[in-house]
Amino acid sequence: MTEKFILKTTELQKSFSGIIAAEDINISVKEGEIIGIIGANGAGKTVFVNMITGYLKPSSGKIEFMGRDITGIKPREATHIGVCRSFQVSQVFMTMTVKENLMIAMSLAKKSGLELLLPLDDEKLSKECDKILDLYKIKNQSNLIVSTLSQGMRKLLDISMAVVGNPNVLLLDEPTSGVSVEEKFGIMDIVISALKKSGTTVLFVEHDMEIVERYVDRVIAFYQGQVICDAPPSKALKDKKVIKYVLGS
Amino acid sequence: MYYGFGAYAVAMCQKYFGMTDIFLRFFIAVAAAGLLGFALGFILRRYREIFFAMLSLAFSMVLYGLLAKAEFLGSTDGMSISPSTILGYELGRFGLLYFICFFVICAIVFAQAYLRSSLGHLTTAISDNEIRVEYLGYSVEKAIHIKYVISACLAGGAGGLMAASLGQVDPDSMVLWSVSGELVFVTIMSGLGNILAPFMGAVLFEFIRTYAFELAPQAWQMIIGGTLLAIIFFSPGGLWSFFQKLNFLRKKNND
Amino acid sequence: MQFISTVFLDGLVYASYLFIVSLGLTITFGVMKILNVAHGSFYAWGAYLASISIIYLGDNEYNSFLYYFAIFLSAIIVGIFFGFIIEKFILRKMYGEDIHLIVLATFGIFWILEDLILIVFGVDPLMPYYPAMELGGIEVVGVYQGVYSLTLAALAAIVAFICWYFLNKTKWGKLLQSVIFDREVSVSMGINVKNVYLVTFIIGGMLGALGGAYVAPTISVSPGFAIDVVVMSFAVVVIGGMGSVPGALIGSLIVGMLRAFAVHQAPVLELFIIYAVMAIVLIIKPQGLFAPPKPRKI
Ligand SMILES: Nc1ncnc2c1ncn2[C@@H]1O[C@H](COP(=O)(O)OP(=O)(O)O)[C@@H](O)[C@H]1O
Ligand SMILES: [Mg+2]
Repeated sequence: MTEKFILKTTELQKSFSGIIAAEDINISVKEGEIIGIIGANGAGKTVFVNMITGYLKPSSGKIEFMGRDITGIKPREATHIGVCRSFQVSQVFMTMTVKENLMIAMSLAKKSGLELLLPLDDEKLSKECDKILDLYKIKNQSNLIVSTLSQGMRKLLDISMAVVGNPNVLLLDEPTSGVSVEEKFGIMDIVISALKKSGTTVLFVEHDMEIVERYVDRVIAFYQGQVICDAPPSKALKDKKVIKYVLGS
Repeated sequence: MYYGFGAYAVAMCQKYFGMTDIFLRFFIAVAAAGLLGFALGFILRRYREIFFAMLSLAFSMVLYGLLAKAEFLGSTDGMSISPSTILGYELGRFGLLYFICFFVICAIVFAQAYLRSSLGHLTTAISDNEIRVEYLGYSVEKAIHIKYVISACLAGGAGGLMAASLGQVDPDSMVLWSVSGELVFVTIMSGLGNILAPFMGAVLFEFIRTYAFELAPQAWQMIIGGTLLAIIFFSPGGLWSFFQKLNFLRKKNND
Repeated sequence: MQFISTVFLDGLVYASYLFIVSLGLTITFGVMKILNVAHGSFYAWGAYLASISIIYLGDNEYNSFLYYFAIFLSAIIVGIFFGFIIEKFILRKMYGEDIHLIVLATFGIFWILEDLILIVFGVDPLMPYYPAMELGGIEVVGVYQGVYSLTLAALAAIVAFICWYFLNKTKWGKLLQSVIFDREVSVSMGINVKNVYLVTFIIGGMLGALGGAYVAPTISVSPGFAIDVVVMSFAVVVIGGMGSVPGALIGSLIVGMLRAFAVHQAPVLELFIIYAVMAIVLIIKPQGLFAPPKPRKI
């Protein structure tokens, strides 16, 4: 039979009142793989991520996670089964501190039912939070209100909130966009090394080819809603179509 | 609305079951309002902001219409309520006051615990960013529903106690939207974030209203409206944040 | 038959002025995302100013043109005067704040303006019925109806047409629609949103005042009469979809007819029926019947 895949899409399609944003997407991801998703603006990368994590319902096609059909599930159900994501525009709680953000994420991941009526300020969780904050190098900012942070810090917080539940698959939508050039590699180093340690499967959308080359096992290139290339970086970045439609001339 | 519903629950239990015990009254009021909140919550939890407000308003107007029309509940005249008892003994004015204080303290303790809990924090998180909350794996609608039932219970309890202490329930002073408006006003005036704040706010509101009415019967609404604007402008966090600022300044001066 | 035509005519007249008032409310909401409770004050002030002008002109058949002039002028003055003050000195300082806070601020303004009416115009009801008297009444489908009331329906139709034309056929209207759709994008396109807001608020206020001013000759203008209209026009706007012009039209017709029916059949249930319908509409269509589309978020 076929090889075991952690995530698999079959003929995935999405259209918005006539506009096709994703067409015939067949992708298989093995456990532990680190995949870079590239493509020009509007190529359908975010739509792809949104469909996998349940924000958008595919018009047709199938998404499977560990052999189970998860097409059209809700975002929170995706989170429960371990498919988590970060966002192109950081979705964090702007009015709260970094620590509070993470504490809420943590308590939702670790507690359920009536336990949620216990005080948020739990010593054990607090320690675990500090560990993650340390790992993602935002511990010094623990007590700052998020709206005062830099874009890069917010991205890190966004990602750290996505990993508190130890996801199986993590989708990162442009983790380095809006981040200064100096911060970029720092962030990716932090994130990828943390995720490699836990063996998480990662798909991340990225525009910077240097980063793609350095971190990924495989590249998937999008153009006008279709996958035009699916290969290791050394090959993909030399592909004619990729050069023409993604990298530009 | 839940305030009025709690009050009417007390009145009905007295009429049909002769129930006057203060504990039972409080309980019935809380439970009745909680149940209504639970039921309506299934509908309301899908709505946000203005739509939430308008639908709540619609529900409360429907309830008002029903109560004002219901002959067996005294229509627009309402019903009178006999004095409360405890274990068969009648409570005097002061006895009632003690019990009300007791219930208020219970409510404060409960509300404080809720606000400190993960769920309590979650409601702030939801008003900040719903998408993220969903992606953290918790149903936004469920959290809103729970919170809604809790507030309904609190309001119902308050209505029940009000009915017991006034000795009277009627649709105009219990269910009409202006009552809810007053409560919202008190909340804004006091500011969010501390349980004691609404208490001070309520006292101050009654104070302003009484004096405004005496000083300028023609313009008391204007005074209230002006106060509201002034608070929104100069101390959007309400009186509470005003006090905090004062405290802060004083500390600074002492240093 | 008699009953049906009575309800229909009453409902139509009622729907007409409700439409004019609600249109103002819905435009303000659509553009500024502010639910303006003080809209009722525009209505009340429009009615009062028109009333005293008409009473000042006196019962004199040579004045008929002047009556209408006074009505429209009152609406324009009230809209500009209060609209300018409220937007420029209060609301402008609040954009970006919690919307509930803004609603409450307009509530405060409403209270203030209500009492200001008491102080300026006194507590006695005004009855500027001359224009309505002058036109008399006619029989329509077996029911006696004031001609003046019927002109109200015509006015509503004209207002609806102008509004439709403006929004869909003029450059300004299209600009406005882009602001309604997405404020941020409009800002980045270089539209001066501040001015758009001010003008919108004034026009919305004028419409509210026009509703009050035009209806004044058919009613007794007395303190506190505006609150009913605010509550009704909220129902209209919510039923139709906040910020939608066709929604305001359909909403007014629904609420107008329902009210006429309730008034003749079961007066106590007037508000009850309207709100029951509003609840049903919202339950079936959470955004109202004609909700304008929303830009996407993530
Ligand atoms: N919710 C939506 N409604 C309508 N069109 C959408 C929506 N989301 C995405 N699109 C369209 O789908 C296409 C792909 O967008 P997206 O996936 O965001 O591109 P990117 O590759 O830059 O992330 C674009 O043309 C966009 O306009
Ligand atoms: Mg994108």
